[in-house]
Order: sequence, then structure tokens, then C-alpha cells
Amino acid sequence: MYRETVLKCVLRVLGFTLLTATALTAQAADPVKVGFVYVGPVGDHGWTYRHDIGRQAIETRFGDQVETTYVESVPEGADAERVIRKLASSGNDLIFTTSFGYMNPTLKVARDFPDVKFEHATGYKRADNLSTYASRFYEGRAVIGTMAGMMTKTNTIGYIGSFPIPEVVRGINAFTIAMRKVNPDAEVKVVWVNSWYDPGKEADAAKALIDQGADIITQHTDSPAPLQVAEERGVYGFGQASDMSAFAPKAQLTSIIDNWDPYYVARTQALIDGTWESTDTWEGIASGMVTFPEYSVDVPDDVKAAADVVREGIIDGSLHPFQGPIVNQAGEEVLAEGSVFDDKTLLGMNFYVQGVQGDLPK
Amino acid sequence: MIALQRRADPSRLMGYLAPLLALGITLLAGLVLFAVLGVPVAAAFYAFFIEPVSTLYGLAELGVKAAPLIIIGVALSIGFRAQVWNIGAEGQLILGAITGAAVALVFYENDGWYVLPLMILASVLGGMAWAGIPALLKTRFNVNEILTSLMLTYVAALLLSWLVSGPMRDPDGFNFPESRLFHDAALLPRILQGTRLHAGTLVALGIVLAGWVLLSRTLLGFALKVNGAAPRAGAYAAFSQTRLIWIAMLMGGGCAGLAGLFEVAGPIGQLLPSISPGYGFTAIIVAFLGRLHPLGVLFAGLVMALTYLGGETAQITLNLPLAVTGVFQGLLLFFLLATDVLINYRVVFK
Repeated sequence: MYRETVLKCVLRVLGFTLLTATALTAQAADPVKVGFVYVGPVGDHGWTYRHDIGRQAIETRFGDQVETTYVESVPEGADAERVIRKLASSGNDLIFTTSFGYMNPTLKVARDFPDVKFEHATGYKRADNLSTYASRFYEGRAVIGTMAGMMTKTNTIGYIGSFPIPEVVRGINAFTIAMRKVNPDAEVKVVWVNSWYDPGKEADAAKALIDQGADIITQHTDSPAPLQVAEERGVYGFGQASDMSAFAPKAQLTSIIDNWDPYYVARTQALIDGTWESTDTWEGIASGMVTFPEYSVDVPDDVKAAADVVREGIIDGSLHPFQGPIVNQAGEEVLAEGSVFDDKTLLGMNFYVQGVQGDLPK
Repeated sequence: MIALQRRADPSRLMGYLAPLLALGITLLAGLVLFAVLGVPVAAAFYAFFIEPVSTLYGLAELGVKAAPLIIIGVALSIGFRAQVWNIGAEGQLILGAITGAAVALVFYENDGWYVLPLMILASVLGGMAWAGIPALLKTRFNVNEILTSLMLTYVAALLLSWLVSGPMRDPDGFNFPESRLFHDAALLPRILQGTRLHAGTLVALGIVLAGWVLLSRTLLGFALKVNGAAPRAGAYAAFSQTRLIWIAMLMGGGCAGLAGLFEVAGPIGQLLPSISPGYGFTAIIVAFLGRLHPLGVLFAGLVMALTYLGGETAQITLNLPLAVTGVFQGLLLFFLLATDVLINYRVVFK
């Protein structure tokens, strides 16, 4: 601000025309524009909802310095490129595309707009003006897997999956490994709904799983529908992406909250400061990208304590959700004792560990 | 008192006027809607209808978005004229995309000129094969084609999802469910530099013309129309109903398959788990909006595409929620159906 004032004085002293001076001040006061592309509706109370909370965090933090825009329910396909391009060409300086399917469209548009900065969530393609960011949700799965293993009476956990992609498979495996550590007899049944957000299908899947004996439901889809079913049927479950206790006050034991706020604020700050660089971010519980609400009153103290041990272990690095020995469904050891999976293996995970029922769709 | 009185004959004039009337009432209703939402009305209309097509890029996008709707819409309306209810164009689109993409992946890194024509052929055959199943069930066992064609859509979607997460998955893609990006020889040529307007949009115009010629200038078109309007008359005229069902279904399937290929070889450039935001279903609406007439379908497809683009622009420039677009589209369809009553009835004041 001080430099701008000096600049203005100098300009006046030099006798520049009023017009030039006004133009310069106007430029300095121009807010930074940040755009978001969402795959679901902002009211999904899961994935997109949390990204939108992150967007609002930018507004709260920077006030008049920023202007944010979002486009919701953008299909992953031919439409995405148009929306991203439209955001870029209408003056946005920083654009977050928040679903895996936007990867190639984001890259295409990023090539055509070298001065605009792009950030793509959960992908692996980067460029000078295209960063990627994701969250290690599987760390959260290890925490809730521990709780589920201790609290299940039927030794059957129902898991509602969206698409059989590495990220979701990684979550199922992290959950199952943690669960079997505390309860070697427990099994996970998976139902795929082939959608990220379809409350009807998600609810049907939850009902089917409960009918098959599951007394705890967990999900990798974005709506609170499975938890609502759990509430009705008197079983437990875990929230996804946000605190869903409002929809299922008794059923939700805890939730894995996606917390994008610090990241979004930091990246916007970097842009304002002119220090934005293309980066690859993949963080978890330790950095606060994955958080949890209070445990519900139904969680016994020993379960709380065990969950906290896992949480703290992950934070201080003494515990890794994928620590050997790890055994696949066929009973073969895929990771020896004492080692952990590297990020490359985690990113491409396409097998089930022992304890998951059924075949991984391929 | 206002009453409706049945006309002796359907009004031709109203047939043309009703859609315009509906459009007018929709604009009025939109006016009220935006006023209630506290959005400047002029700005809202500008964002919805003008801004999306105010640039060359925007116009090209309108073509990109409307092409699949028009290609499928024309073929479906010919079938609907013949009372053949192919509801599963979405599935046939997916199959065409799969078979076309399979050719592209088999000839990966092959620069031959024949790659694209082969893909096109494969996609048409793929779509036809998928539509052939309901046709066979209908003609052989008299199974309702509405149910079978619709159900096969879900089968097609799951087949696609299985293929992209298994056999057709990008080997360098970290196991994510996507195919490789197609090689240049497997992509549709762009007809306007700097935009995504591809050769498929020209084909769409050709299909409109072909559909019009077929319906109004050929014996087959006449047979299809007669079969739809009066099946027994058709039987007396020795038009084989089985043959007409097959033709209508295969035509719909082939065009849907082609539209699917144009998506994956055009704006998308690879096979994804979901390649169409429901074009096959929206095309049904487009067919009826266009009065089951190829030229009408052309306009209906453009109007429908514009409402989608307008919805995106309204979100970006006015921060209007997506739901407003949905309400707006719903209003348009509602008034279109409502004004239809004027074709067969007149309003009288007693």
C-alpha cells in the first residue's frame, strides 16, 4: 500500500495526466478473482459442500481483495472444458477444478491461458501454471476403521463405494487393515453405486448392506443418505467429507472432514503476494487437511482412546496406515513386515487386502 | 367464462405459433422469476441468451453442444413418427463411443487416414447392434421396446465403466478409469481454428437434411408415417411392420452411436467413465420440442443447447445458482406442452 501511495505522489509530481493516474489506482484496487468448478451441487453436504466452505473461507479472509465465483454440477466430460475456459476468459486469476475428471480439460485450458493459475484436485498432471492438490483421506479411514472394528457386533461392516478408482480402493484397504488389527474376524462388504452423488442409490446400498448383516455403515459417496438410513435402522455409521451429525445425530460416530480452508487461503495469499508456484500437495491429518468432529456420545472410552492413538501415531509419523505385513485377498503377502507402501503404489492401488469381501470390479 | 372448444381439424397455424407463444410466456415467467430473486432482469436475460453466443468461441460451443442433441433427435423423431419408442438412445450412444474408441485404441499411434472412417463405421454399427436387441425382442416376442431399450442404457453405462477401469484403461494412468488420450489421427478435424467446433456439427446438419428428405420425399418415409398414424392402413398398403420397426430402431441406434463417437473423438478426446450428460435422454425432449420434424429438431436442439450454456454463464457472471437454470428449462417445457392444447382446441369466451 505504501508503495502505491508513493507511486501516486510521484506520478502527480511528474504531472502525468489525471487519466493515467486513475487507471493505475483502479488497477491496484482490482480484486483478485478466484473461480471454482464443482462436480456436485453446493448443497451435497459432502465433497462439493466442503470445497464451497473453502471458497467462503477465502472470502472471509480477504474480503474486498477477492472476488470468488463457482459453477456447480459440471459434468466430467465435454462440458468441463467450456466452463473452465469461460472462467479463465472472464478474468479469473486462480481457478480450482475440484474433481478428478477435470484433469485433461484443465490441462488443455491451462496451456491456452499461461497467465492464469490453475489448481486441480486429485489428479496427477501438472504444468508451470497448473498445480495439483489432494488429501490423504485414507489416514482418516484408518481411524474410523479402528473404531468400527471395536464396535461391530456382527463383524460385518458395510462400505458404499462410488467408483473403483485407486483413491476409493485405498480408503477401503486402509479401513480394513485398521479394522482387522483390532478385530481379525471382522469383514467389509462393498457395494458400488457408480456415482459420487446419488442419494437414492446410496440409500438403497445402505439398506442392502444392513439387510446383509452390517451393523456399521461407511461410505465413499457424498450425500448423507446412507447415514440417514443408518439412523432409521438403528445402526452406526461415519460421516463423509463433512460433519453430517445434523442428519444422523445418533448414527454418526464421527466423520472424516475434508478441510480445504487453509490450503485455499494459502494459495490465494501466494497469488496476491506473487509467490504462487506450481506444486504437488498431498497432505493429511498432520497438516489439518483431514479433521474430525467430536466423537458421538455412543463411542465408549476405550474406542475413543484407541482412535486417538491411531490419530496421534499418524501425526507423529510412528504409525502408517499401510504398514507391512499386508496380505491381499488371495492370502499372499504384498508388503513385508517393517516396510510401508510408497506414494506411487498408494496412487495406483488396484487390489483388495484380506478382509474385504467380493472382487474388485476391473 | 373461458372455455376450450375442440377444433374440427388441428390448426396448422397454431402448430407453428404455439412454440413461439410458449417461448414468449417463458420469457415473461423468467421476468417474474428474476425480479423475485432480485436479479436485474436485463442482465439475467443477457447472461442467459446473448452472452453465451456473443463470441465466435461461444457460437462454436453452441454447435458442439447442440450437435449430439440434433443427430439423435432427428433419428428419434423419425422413429416416434412410426410409433417406435426407442427410449434408450443414451445406451446406444455409449455403445457407439465404446466401439469407436476401441478402433482408436487398436490403431493407437497409427497415422493412417483410414483410422477415423473405421471409427465412424464401428460406432454406427455399435449403436445399431445395441438398438437391435430391443428391435429383435419387439419383432420376435412382442416385448415392449420402451422397457428393453431403457434398461439396456444402464447395461451400457456399466459396460463402459468396466471397460475403462479394465481392458481399455490407460496403462500409464495410475489405474484411473480413463483410456489413453486419442492419437491425432483418431480425432475429428476442427472446422474453426481456436474453437472446438468439429466436423461432427456439419454431419449433424447433413442428418437434418437427410431426415427431412426421408420423411417428406421417400416411400419409406411415407410408410413410417402411415404406420405411426394408422397401423392398419399401413398393413393394407402392404408395409411390413416388422421391417419398419427394424429400420426405425437401427436408424436411432446408428445415429446415437455416431453422436457418441463425435463426443469421444471430438471435444473429449478419450474414453471416460461418463461421456454424455444424458444427451440420449435430452434428445427425446428435443425431438418433441421440434414437433418430430427434422427442421424443428434443429431449432429445438439449438434452443436446448443455449439454455445449458446460458445456465453456465448465469452462474459465472451473476452468481445465480444452477437450480435457476433447471427451473427455467422446466418452465419452457411446461409452457410448450401447455400451449399444445391450442392446436386441437380453441379458446372461447362465453
